[in-house]
Amino acid sequence: MNDDTETPRRHGGNGIGPERLLHHYRVMLLIRAFEETAIRAQKNGQVPGPIHPSIGQEAVASGICGNLRRDDVLLSTHRGHGHTIAKGADPAVMLRELLGREGGNSNGKGGSMHIADFSVGMLGANGVVGANIVIAAGAANAIRLKGDERIVVCIFGDGAVNRGPFLEGLNWARIYDLPVLFVCEDNSYSSTTVTANMTGGPGPGARAGALGLPVTELDGNDVESLDRATRDIAATIRSGGGPHFMHVHTYRLAGHTAADPATYRDRAEVEARWRREPIARCAARLIEEGVNETTLAAIRRETETAMAEMYEKALAAPPPPQRRAFEDVQDIGDPRQEAF
Amino acid sequence: METMSYLEAGRAALSDEMSADPDVWALGEDLGRGGVFGQYRGLAEEFGPERIMDTPISEACIMGAAVGAAMMGTRPVVEMRFSDFALCAIDELVNQAAKARYMFGGQTRVPLVVREPMGMWRSSAAQHSQSLEAWYAHIPGLVVTAPATPEDNYRLLRAAIRADDPVVHLEHKDLWPVEGALERTVTPPGAEEFGRARIARQGGDLSIITWSAMLYRCLEAAEALAAEGIQAEIIDLRTLWPWDKATVLESTARTGRCLIVHEAVAVGGFGGEIAATVQEKVFSSLKGPVRRLGAPRVPISYAPPLEDMVRVGTEQIITTAREMMHAK
Ligand SMILES: Cc1ncc(C[n+]2csc(CCOP(=O)(O)OP(=O)(O)O)c2C)c(N)n1
Ligand SMILES: [Mg+2]
Repeated sequence: MNDDTETPRRHGGNGIGPERLLHHYRVMLLIRAFEETAIRAQKNGQVPGPIHPSIGQEAVASGICGNLRRDDVLLSTHRGHGHTIAKGADPAVMLRELLGREGGNSNGKGGSMHIADFSVGMLGANGVVGANIVIAAGAANAIRLKGDERIVVCIFGDGAVNRGPFLEGLNWARIYDLPVLFVCEDNSYSSTTVTANMTGGPGPGARAGALGLPVTELDGNDVESLDRATRDIAATIRSGGGPHFMHVHTYRLAGHTAADPATYRDRAEVEARWRREPIARCAARLIEEGVNETTLAAIRRETETAMAEMYEKALAAPPPPQRRAFEDVQDIGDPRQEAF
Repeated sequence: METMSYLEAGRAALSDEMSADPDVWALGEDLGRGGVFGQYRGLAEEFGPERIMDTPISEACIMGAAVGAAMMGTRPVVEMRFSDFALCAIDELVNQAAKARYMFGGQTRVPLVVREPMGMWRSSAAQHSQSLEAWYAHIPGLVVTAPATPEDNYRLLRAAIRADDPVVHLEHKDLWPVEGALERTVTPPGAEEFGRARIARQGGDLSIITWSAMLYRCLEAAEALAAEGIQAEIIDLRTLWPWDKATVLESTARTGRCLIVHEAVAVGGFGGEIAATVQEKVFSSLKGPVRRLGAPRVPISYAPPLEDMVRVGTEQIITTAREMMHAK
């Protein structure tokens, strides 16, 4: 106990403690299991549309969203399953959505790319790269107008920093001092392209910094440091500190979509990245914290059993009735009265 | 009843809705100084800079922020300055505002209004003169309004702000000074305003369907035609989605002649939609082909004589109406 270097890491200080780590371990495993199930379901022909798995990026979702309140607001991307689960959405409902079934988040009308759960403040994934940035800014305007203490988190990929809304939305949040945490989830790739080859200058953080936002750069596969940093940043934003920009480095271990074998990159590169993936790293930290392997194995088994059950149930859910195609379009000029 | 200009009517509508509902706010460039045409004059003083919000020249963010703020339960009124600039925000309007409710399975609504000053106005040339209403009418999820009178600008803007759907409210720049009578109602105009055309002039010989600034050219033409003994019925559509099919079909079935007049390019214009509907539904009542007048498919010029080449004029309407009367 007189070892000064050891003590702070084990109890708060730099570390976040075994309990919080265990929470992240559970959430990350759930996301991984969800993505693997979704990929399997697609291979089985049960997912009619494209899915963008977040395998390898689970720490970003859990570390960041784990520091949000239920009524805080999240805007996500086409690769949004993990963020949505970490914000508190029910993966069983999400799975039904991916399968295009009644009882999915949107009764099968949105699918993976438009996954949303407004009941937990998840205001939508987005099929348009970068579009969520300006929507997030406006969600924060509404919070300001209503005098709430909520914050907005907007996660986007490295590819989004080359779209116009990136400039417009960050500048907007800065000039109005809005409560938004922008997160550039940098997985090195935008579709088949190495994003760095398409990005001028020193990159996302420098761009955000030039617009006057404070920037934090982090290892996006280290859930502990993500958790710690987000806790502080979210508190600052909530107390009126204005917008913040996080640039987190992770890696897309699977293809761009579940159907993409990603042959455009080296196997060695991917293998090296597998050795730094976030879930095993979290497990290693838990062992260091004194949690035993039996406990971890039990959590893994529980997660897999739960996911298998959700999959079964999702498969049993009926397709949406055809009338749904005409619902939720608009009140005025409702297509149920006139669609032609 | 009071007399107001089309511009003042828009301002009155916003002011009345903002007084009635603290969730209503407006955002756009230069609004703090009254907006580029003065449609917002005095509102920043009355409601403060948070509710009459000055923005950077960031059309995508203006529209996108409105989408986010609308999904969070406020009622933003977006000012696009010139309808042409809304093209810088078309993803936010078409892919986001118009789709969010649907693709999220009804979990949210996007109650925003986009005010788009449209149309030809004093040599504004190719990028400040367009009439793109047909584009919006084409998009499921959007409501499209195009008032021609101060009263309709007032009533439709108030109803648009109260609607839970995204509404594109097209105000014609050339109409700003037009004066008319209106009532600043205590009971606000609501959903019944949409899809309800107004018969601006009655007549039994032919039906002229129009909207926005072209209403006045049609009324002038009707005046001249009346002197020749031709009685034109003028229908001001007021809203393009939904549009008042019942009134149009009743009138065209009665007169047997249908002429559609709009300022927008004729090719792919909304007139084509009306013409198709009329011939589908009341073909047997028609005494001749449905005709439409719109701009030729050329950009709008700066020099007045060239600008006039693409402007549908009163003479053209008169000539076309005569041809229709004397066909066969
Ligand atoms: C505006 C727009 N352009 C192109 C696409 C097609 N697209 C979908 S995902 C993607 C790559 C995005 O890369 P990034 O932002 O880094 O996110 P990641 O897929 O890596 O999570 C592209 C180009 C799109 N959806 N939207
Ligand atoms: Mg990427």
